Amino acid sequence: MNAWEIVIGLETHAQLATRSKIFSGASTAFGAAANTQASPIDLALPGVLPVLNKGAVECAIRFGLAVEATVAEKSVFERKNYFYPDLPKGYQISQFELPIVQGGHLNIMVGQGEKSYEKRIRLTRAHLEEDAGKSLHEDFHGRSGIDLNRAGMALLEIVSEPDMRSAEEAVAYAKALHALVRWIGICDGNMQEGSFRCDANVSVRRPGASLGTRREIKNLNSFRYLKEAIEFETRWQIETLEDGGSFEQATVLFDPATGKTRAMRSKEDAHDYRYFPDPDLLPLFIAAEWIERERAALPELPVAKRQRFISDYGLSAYDAATLTASLEMADYFEATVRASNPAAAKLCANWVMVDLAARLKREDREISEAAVSAAQLGGLVARIADGTISNAIGKKVFDALWMGDGVNADEIIAKQGLKQITDSDAIEKLVNDALAANPGSVSEYRAGKEKAFNALVGQVMQAAKGKANPQQVSELLRQKLSTN
Amino acid sequence: MIHSDLKTLSRALKEKQISSVELARLFLERIARLNPELNAFITVDEEKTLVAAKAADLRLASGSAGMLTGIPLAQKDLFCAQGWRTTCGSKMLENFVSPYDAAVVTKLEHEAGMVSLGKVNMDEFAMGSSNETSWFGAVKNPWDKTCVSGGSSGGSAAAVAAYLAPVATGSDSGGSIRQPAAFCGLSGIKPTYGVVSRYGMVAFASSLDQGGVIAHSAEDCAFVLAAMAGFDERDSTSLERPPEDYSRLLGQPLQGLKIGLPQEFFGAGANAEVVAAVLSAVEEYKRLGAKIVDVTLPNSHLSVPVYYVIAPAEASSNLSRFDGLRYGYRAPDCNDLREAYTKSRAQGFGAEVKRRILIGTYVLSHGYYDAYYLKAQRVRRLIADDFRRAFQKCDVILGPTSPTTAFKIGERSADLVALYLSDIYTIAVNLAGLPGLSIPCGFDSNGLPIGLQLIGNYFAEARLLNVAHRYQEATDWHTRRPQEFCGEF
Repeated sequence: MNAWEIVIGLETHAQLATRSKIFSGASTAFGAAANTQASPIDLALPGVLPVLNKGAVECAIRFGLAVEATVAEKSVFERKNYFYPDLPKGYQISQFELPIVQGGHLNIMVGQGEKSYEKRIRLTRAHLEEDAGKSLHEDFHGRSGIDLNRAGMALLEIVSEPDMRSAEEAVAYAKALHALVRWIGICDGNMQEGSFRCDANVSVRRPGASLGTRREIKNLNSFRYLKEAIEFETRWQIETLEDGGSFEQATVLFDPATGKTRAMRSKEDAHDYRYFPDPDLLPLFIAAEWIERERAALPELPVAKRQRFISDYGLSAYDAATLTASLEMADYFEATVRASNPAAAKLCANWVMVDLAARLKREDREISEAAVSAAQLGGLVARIADGTISNAIGKKVFDALWMGDGVNADEIIAKQGLKQITDSDAIEKLVNDALAANPGSVSEYRAGKEKAFNALVGQVMQAAKGKANPQQVSELLRQKLSTN
Repeated sequence: MIHSDLKTLSRALKEKQISSVELARLFLERIARLNPELNAFITVDEEKTLVAAKAADLRLASGSAGMLTGIPLAQKDLFCAQGWRTTCGSKMLENFVSPYDAAVVTKLEHEAGMVSLGKVNMDEFAMGSSNETSWFGAVKNPWDKTCVSGGSSGGSAAAVAAYLAPVATGSDSGGSIRQPAAFCGLSGIKPTYGVVSRYGMVAFASSLDQGGVIAHSAEDCAFVLAAMAGFDERDSTSLERPPEDYSRLLGQPLQGLKIGLPQEFFGAGANAEVVAAVLSAVEEYKRLGAKIVDVTLPNSHLSVPVYYVIAPAEASSNLSRFDGLRYGYRAPDCNDLREAYTKSRAQGFGAEVKRRILIGTYVLSHGYYDAYYLKAQRVRRLIADDFRRAFQKCDVILGPTSPTTAFKIGERSADLVALYLSDIYTIAVNLAGLPGLSIPCGFDSNGLPIGLQLIGNYFAEARLLNVAHRYQEATDWHTRRPQEFCGEF
């Protein structure tokens, strides 16, 4: 089983965050009543003509720059001809021979923590095209409905080279791409609404052999489905081949309910799309100045930021990658550092990645909806860093901030009297009391039970309501237990 | 009044000798009486016409009228006009009422204030050279009702020639304005590709289609072209140029004008009477001070084959939207999607449209694209280069518009190649995107009009109209009309 190599390439459709459609002035807002956002152009009435939306071109240029690709000086819109009820013109305007973005690459982090590794995925191209409408097969009692609100939405189809070797790599690539298009503000990344969806080309081969027959899994709109679909598909391909069977190049669909893929159409009934340059649209020429304008407007990109987090803040590569998973998270982290101090950056990173992330996950919120601001968290971390409170008390303060019990950490620490006890006389008294009250634990410890020591620490901390400096407590306890 | 030129009509309206409503009624009455003989109009809607005429009268009364305000016109039935049925001469769109206006309609009717008398007949989706492919039947030539009026703007030409309208819009992808103008003894101009917006003009072959005018004279063409031309951001192939007064050069003398005669336009295919009439026009031009130079268009014989690759290729894709799902004809009793597509299109399109969809689909197919479509595009550039070289030697190119005069209805329907070759002199102009016009220059022995084609360099419309107008000042071919339709009522 291990002697197979899995080869995966992804084609990703990112819906561009333009206000109007790519070739018409109709709105792109999601969720409007069916067919209310379809103009005469989207409906393909006789005589209408497409006009290219400059905003969509800007998005494509920004993407090309972000993946260090060539932004083509000349690209051409072509017609992809086929009949389908949700394709009003009978052709889709797309780019074929001369796409706007050529080449490029994306560096991704695969895996967790220690075992994580970095990998470069090459991109083949990215091209602009229009989306089709939606066919609605339910609700119409044996008939089908067509909603053309989505028809004509601007899409960037991003095609990778077959550089991924596992479902995990494919998911890591898809996530990095998802983060990037949101990072540079060209796509809202909403996968439930279909703003970001993937097709996976999957094949298997013996290492060193030429590429095997591929099957394309269409329309995967969640990272989980992407992973499950690739895992099922590769298992199926390997089992089929090992059983002495074979299969044809095909397009397949993944059914999330069964977790299986099934063939939709084979190579034989593949369409002849009869691509030819759309005579209604002139070739798109992009001047160098336009590209430079977009470059100047780009934010610091994930890879650069990751490097800076490592060098400026001393973070590990894994932490830096986690914190640059989205622009919002990176910004939040940096604002936290600013509100505490750079020396506490690692502590800030832990708080953002662990405590904040857990809280957000529990409440199913985005980082932009966090109830504790970066300034508040920074203030809190600063108090941990300077020893005013312990990390454990910090969690209490964090909860209080989250609930809105105070405007900042200092106020909560003062109001609730959470300041750490560092006065050694006071701590010594607490330790003596605990030793006196728990002779059983003392003798257990002396008999070699380390657990008993923790129980004693717990007793002291309980008596101190958690505020005693834990380090001082444990030092003093050990001292007393060993001398007596 | 119905025989008047546009300048006279304009003055009469401004001086209140006649109102726009009265003028419209005169033409509507003629249409009601004479159209059954000619089949020039597909749709007439008196109420709509009179509403527009009343609005024009208000503008005339308020002093906000332009030169064309209140003057009636006929619209070729491929310009979408809000609330009007727009059929393109096809069963597919027999009941399609447009919810929006074409740029040409907005400009001529809403801005210039012209009054639409209705929608005129045409070859189905502008595919044809005789108007015989219309679902609504062939148009008859007012000069001889057993002859075709030409195509695809055959309804436009017949309507003007029979005084059912003082002027008509047309469209020209391979000669569809110039050839019917020639067959009906009229003046017609197709401007440089990109001068008239194609927005709302139902597409046949997008890279060739261009709107234009058919009228009684070059001067009338100039006035209407000025009102319909202009940059339109809704058409990406529209050219951003300042507005132009196409009548500004009309009176300019032709002294020193260099007219190029391409030998290829006077070859074996051309009818002797046609050649003779065109050559006597050349003599007239010499008298007007023009110099004649020989030019050559060595690739022009390839224009018909190139056209019949490129135009069907674009058409096959342009006509895919007519699937019977959202509007247009849908075959009854279909059991599934495939049947709905195939039956609706099989029943909704006529034979010539289907033929071109098949040709176009074939030449774009995998494995044939390079041999046909790409090669045709390369030859297209060679044809344009021929003209570029020719215009280094001359100002305008002159020749016959069509190798023959109007032929009999039904005569060429069995010989499609002969029919296609009737556009041999006009097609190269569309492939190159140049402006071209046709004016009458004589009659054959059957009393049918002969057309003279003038081809200009890019954006030379005003010069072309000047060259045509000076000829019309010196001759009276353009004033001749079929006797039967000359009586005023």
